[in-house]
Amino acid sequence: MGVVKNISRRSFVKSIGLASGGLVLACNTSIFSNEEKAPENFTSFNPNLFVQLNSDGSLILVSSRSEMGNGVRTSLPSVIADEMEADWNRVSVQQATGDEKYGNQNTDGSKSIRLFFKPMLTMGAMAKAMLISAAAIKWKVPESECLAKNHFIIHTSGKKIAFGDLVEIAKTLETPSEDSLKFKNPKDYKYIGKGLQSVDAENISNGSAIYGLDKRLPNMKFATIAHCPVTFGTVKSFDKTEALKIAGVENVIEIKPVDRPFGTLGGIAVIATNTWAAIKGKEALVIEWDLGENKSYNSSIYLEEITKNVHKPGKVSKDKGNINNAFKNASRTIEATYQLPHLAHAPMEVPNTVAWYRNGVCDVWAPTQVAQTAREEVKEALQIELDKVTINVTLLGGGFGRKSKPDYVAEAAILSKETNNPIQVVWTREDDIKHDYLHTVSAQYFKASITKDNKISGWLHRFAFPSITSTFQKGVEYPGGWEINSASNLPYNVDNLRVEVGKAPAHVRIGWLRSVINLPHGFAINVFTDELAHETTTDPLEFRLNFLSKDKKAKKLQTNRLRNVLNIVAKNADYGKKLPEGHAYGIAIHKSFQSYVASIIEVSVINNKVTVHNVYIAIDCGLVVNRDTVIAQMEGSAIFGMSLAFYGKITAKDGEIEQSNFHDYQMARIHQTPKIHVEIVKSTKPPTGVGEPGVPVIAPAIVNAIFAATGKRIRKLPLIDEGFTV
Amino acid sequence: MTTLRINGENHKIDVPKDMPLLWAIRDIVGLTGTKYGCGKGLCGACKVLLDGSAVQSCQIPVSMAEGKEILTIEGESKNLQLLQKSWIEDNVAQCGFCQPGQLIAATSLLDKNKNPTDEEIETAMAGNICRCGTYQRIKKAIHKTVELKKQS
Repeated sequence: MGVVKNISRRSFVKSIGLASGGLVLACNTSIFSNEEKAPENFTSFNPNLFVQLNSDGSLILVSSRSEMGNGVRTSLPSVIADEMEADWNRVSVQQATGDEKYGNQNTDGSKSIRLFFKPMLTMGAMAKAMLISAAAIKWKVPESECLAKNHFIIHTSGKKIAFGDLVEIAKTLETPSEDSLKFKNPKDYKYIGKGLQSVDAENISNGSAIYGLDKRLPNMKFATIAHCPVTFGTVKSFDKTEALKIAGVENVIEIKPVDRPFGTLGGIAVIATNTWAAIKGKEALVIEWDLGENKSYNSSIYLEEITKNVHKPGKVSKDKGNINNAFKNASRTIEATYQLPHLAHAPMEVPNTVAWYRNGVCDVWAPTQVAQTAREEVKEALQIELDKVTINVTLLGGGFGRKSKPDYVAEAAILSKETNNPIQVVWTREDDIKHDYLHTVSAQYFKASITKDNKISGWLHRFAFPSITSTFQKGVEYPGGWEINSASNLPYNVDNLRVEVGKAPAHVRIGWLRSVINLPHGFAINVFTDELAHETTTDPLEFRLNFLSKDKKAKKLQTNRLRNVLNIVAKNADYGKKLPEGHAYGIAIHKSFQSYVASIIEVSVINNKVTVHNVYIAIDCGLVVNRDTVIAQMEGSAIFGMSLAFYGKITAKDGEIEQSNFHDYQMARIHQTPKIHVEIVKSTKPPTGVGEPGVPVIAPAIVNAIFAATGKRIRKLPLIDEGFTV
Repeated sequence: MTTLRINGENHKIDVPKDMPLLWAIRDIVGLTGTKYGCGKGLCGACKVLLDGSAVQSCQIPVSMAEGKEILTIEGESKNLQLLQKSWIEDNVAQCGFCQPGQLIAATSLLDKNKNPTDEEIETAMAGNICRCGTYQRIKKAIHKTVELKKQS
């Protein structure tokens, strides 16, 4: 089939930045997913995975995905190493630049392992097969008498040869057909399923790891940019006199807005010899803005408007059974409305980029989740050919979806071209909070019917929020289908189900934030379910276990996997045991990014002060590549979920974002950290998402626990606005 | 001219006296392990030891740091190196960006308190935000370092 190719002797090796001399294998992962036949001629062969084994035994893997704490630079290479029987200590990872040839590089949607697990295994098996062939040739023995183990090929006679010593022969071999490959039995995995240490752990701990902000070039200048306080507002006039008086400030330049989803907002850039001078220079600018049409945006008024929209009929996007009959025939109905605010991503490393434009070529160093999109934006902003732009991906100091929007990347490129200098653009924390692609603000209304034998017969869920689609297509006022599925794929057994959407135009840039629309849907569905349990005087655990669908639909939605994780957390929390006075458990379950997650959270509430004591969380994410990373992601999800439950709120007044830094957009801290107990379901099913699915269950479980402890039902976040301290 | 003594070496720099130590360290001296997170003393990413005490370097003008011993994440200190080892062994970091500040705060704690309780750790580390949420591991790694020291 030739899906994997031996490209050791191709000039192409140089273009991917590998030194020639080793055994280099390449493959095209899209072929694995589409099961298309690989193109036979090299020119149209677009490989995106590379393995290089050198004669000294060192093994280099090109990592095409971005590292932002997701552990991807460790997990994916470990799959190849395991299947290849390589020694992990000989592996080094080389970060890919942004290029279509690497296939999908968008490191979001919790999909790195989902997309690349199988191709990585195949690469490993291919390399192993070629090394066995090479040893058999060298020793003039049948291949069947050779096996690979720990960077050696071993013959049945006991003699062995190092991988590196077989490179010269292996280089000359044709790649074997994929059908002929022998894969390891998963029970023999050495690295997969274990908890390998991150390949970046040492550099991170000694301060030598290079994030975007740490990139330095000779004669590099530092730039800050004043963007209009109101989204899409523009510069009317500006006075740079005072800014230029600041020691270290060298230049003040206007950047015109670029009308693309990830184009710069435009503004006034201050270029200086150091970041401090650039910050002071920005503060000294006098700018008159044309605030534009979003200047009347007040998010609190807006939230009440979209709440009105969910209290009247909306557009029907799912209609099963007959909801009106269900309501008519019910013994009683229950209604509830939930309101959630905008959120900002606030990764610890602010948006920033280094760009160096000279002689028609632009080299960029960016902490980006989307290296190819960033490349496209630089190309568009500079009006040069794509192959003149190189995006070097640094480590990311957090991403959470913010660094999927490379508006900040082209800004550096534009300024570098204007000034003929390498430029580092640094957004201050204030810039980051005020000019984010915000998580949407939402209103959700539910009405359920309860029969006289206490069954839920009807479920109406109507919601309105500005859609992410509005960022790509101005004027969109309703959510896209993919923003509805997490509501319409309700895992519960209800005969009459209707999902409706209400109108909600956007007045800020709306973007995806870790877990995306699963945050509002997961919150509201889990809290409303809790309300139904209470209304039917059923224990919240028992209610969910009974309510989870068991019918035909259940097979498709795999509700048995949701039930399983729920049972696991119930067991781990010893659900039903007597808790200390003032303590209570809350429950939430949610499927997202194809993974199944349940949490039980123990809180106590004393004089309205909420303390989170224990978080029990279980995930079924199919086969696990790095166990420790999955645990870490669940621990991190608990804290991320607590931050948004306690504090998370971004508001706009007269079009301007009111929050600016960590004092008014607070984060959960170490003294608020509960004991987090993670269990991962043992599974051989295909791997599914990990980075995001842990978050949606946290806020609702906390809110449900507060209800169990106090009888106070919270339908709006954050908690600090609802009379609680944390 | 200002002379900063960082990790045992003197650096003569020509900067305004009110430049925060953070930017002098990062942009002028060129040690980038100390991170910018908020610029307002709210997140702890920029922490360094100043004469042995953990301070937020974004809030200290260079004039105040002159003549003092500054230790950054790149520097040498017994507790810092022991903590770094535990950090690596326990896979504490996720994105890692806040960890230099966390490690400096933890170093300052262990320099002053040989056997901190959970509560003392929380008090000492409450000024450091980790957006990835590695707090549980940070606590564990500090305890582990204490145990390692006791054993040695």
